[in-house]
Amino acid sequence: MTIRRICLTLFILFLLIPIYWLVMMSFKSNTEITSQLTFFPKDWTLVHYHDIFNSGKWTGSFLHSLSYVALNVAITLPLAIPAAYAFSRYDFLADKHLFFWFLTNLMAPPAVFLIPYFQLYHSIHLFDTVYAVALAHTLFNLPLAVWILEGFMSGVPREIDETAYLDGYSLPRFFIKIFLPLIGSGIGVAAFFCFMFSWIELLLANTLTSSNAMPFATMMSSAFTASGTDWGILAAAGTLTLIPGVLVIWFVRHRIASGFALGRV
Amino acid sequence: MNNNRFADNRAWFLVLPATLLVAFSSLIPFIAVVNYSLQIVFNMNTHSFVGWSTFHDALTNEEFRGALGRQVLFTAIVLAIEVPLGIGVALTMPRSGRAVGPIMVVLALPLLVPWNVVGLIWQIFARGDIGLFGAFVNNVLHINYNYATGSVSAWFTVVLMSVWHWTSLIALLCYAGLCAIPGAFYQAARIDGASRWAVFRFIELPKLRGVLTIAILLRFVYSFKVYAEPLTVTGGGPGSSTTFMTEMLTNTAIGQFAYGKAAAYGLLYFLIILLISYVFYIVLTRVGTSEGDQ
Repeated sequence: MTIRRICLTLFILFLLIPIYWLVMMSFKSNTEITSQLTFFPKDWTLVHYHDIFNSGKWTGSFLHSLSYVALNVAITLPLAIPAAYAFSRYDFLADKHLFFWFLTNLMAPPAVFLIPYFQLYHSIHLFDTVYAVALAHTLFNLPLAVWILEGFMSGVPREIDETAYLDGYSLPRFFIKIFLPLIGSGIGVAAFFCFMFSWIELLLANTLTSSNAMPFATMMSSAFTASGTDWGILAAAGTLTLIPGVLVIWFVRHRIASGFALGRV
Repeated sequence: MNNNRFADNRAWFLVLPATLLVAFSSLIPFIAVVNYSLQIVFNMNTHSFVGWSTFHDALTNEEFRGALGRQVLFTAIVLAIEVPLGIGVALTMPRSGRAVGPIMVVLALPLLVPWNVVGLIWQIFARGDIGLFGAFVNNVLHINYNYATGSVSAWFTVVLMSVWHWTSLIALLCYAGLCAIPGAFYQAARIDGASRWAVFRFIELPKLRGVLTIAILLRFVYSFKVYAEPLTVTGGGPGSSTTFMTEMLTNTAIGQFAYGKAAAYGLLYFLIILLISYVFYIVLTRVGTSEGDQ
């Protein structure tokens, strides 16, 4: 029992120490960062956070990132829920092929689509807007949401649908009044995963924007300049990107695994 | 998908909106990629049709084969480390108690870090001058370690970073699988006097088959698409020793403006992922119908 606990503690330390180093670095001055190694900041400073919050470019890019993530979730879920219900409850023409095609888009490397995406969003005049990134991220988030929701929906016995229809419920009324509340946690998990994969994705977000909708991650690369790297501001920016994840993770902590298992555990 | 479903083709109306959006996001770009892959593109208005020769070039090209070889090696190494380690971590986690919630949050934390920030974290952690880990290895262990100049150091850093980033995924999935095993199985094993190893081999491992398949599938796909993390840390170097498929592809497309070549590379890359994923998918659906799943 104790050996188990020691191993687990060691692994947790291995996960936490790099993050600790990042967070501590964000509170050090740049001279302290480059001149000595300190486990704890000698002089706590908020100067890097102050610089970020007083720069319209930094705060703007943070808002861009948050808005395309939120938009993506708002587009994905209303489309994924009916599709997942169809896959879970109905036998229809080419259903298995369609499901596999959805899956292939989850597997597709976004790098393959870089150039066509760039041209496509240019031609529909959405380039350099948060809408472009939100739409592009549906490439992998919509199939993922369908897959997770289908898993959760298949866990609800079909007898519930049949009883409701016998009681005279129509499909839309049954869906809203009875079915959606039953799979509420599944919808929460799907929303969490869409949030997460949109938040951590970089390649498409970077390609589809320039100055007007620049994502936070792209903004961070501007801290690497020819005159040297501003490690302090990078560490502070990196720390800030952890916050949305930490905030949402607490709500789904017991269901993270079932989400990764696509609703099948 | 379960087997006793209502047969009704009107269900297509329910999947239609999602299908249209996915088609917009993937089918149109896909057709464009296929089109480019058969041409040499000089610029957006001038291109000439060259047919299959781009594919032939890709298969004999040193750049493509080098990146593919490194990619396969990287995926094999990280899977070989992360899968056993993830199972091990899942086995050490307490099944109940107040510690479970915080442990889950800590485990999930690396998965929620944007990929370039994962690179940043490891950059400032592993540098010899400002990084705790880099300074420790160089000054306390006296091992010459610099990921910017030594390709062994660079590989070590990239693999260690991947273990840090993704082992939790396998651990979380296996933990959920372990929690689903009824207590009666363990009681029966205890009555039979089964060893810890026998319990793992004959009770836990078979019950984990379903979740492990998903975990390995996801890890395969994500490690094969790895991009921002090694790029931020090593920039693909030293030389091209840590340049993997996606980076090679973006270099070809955006760095060299060789769209035709990049498209052919991309299609081959996609095909490899698709083939291996299809094998996984077949296994996955089999697992879904057998008794070993729940």
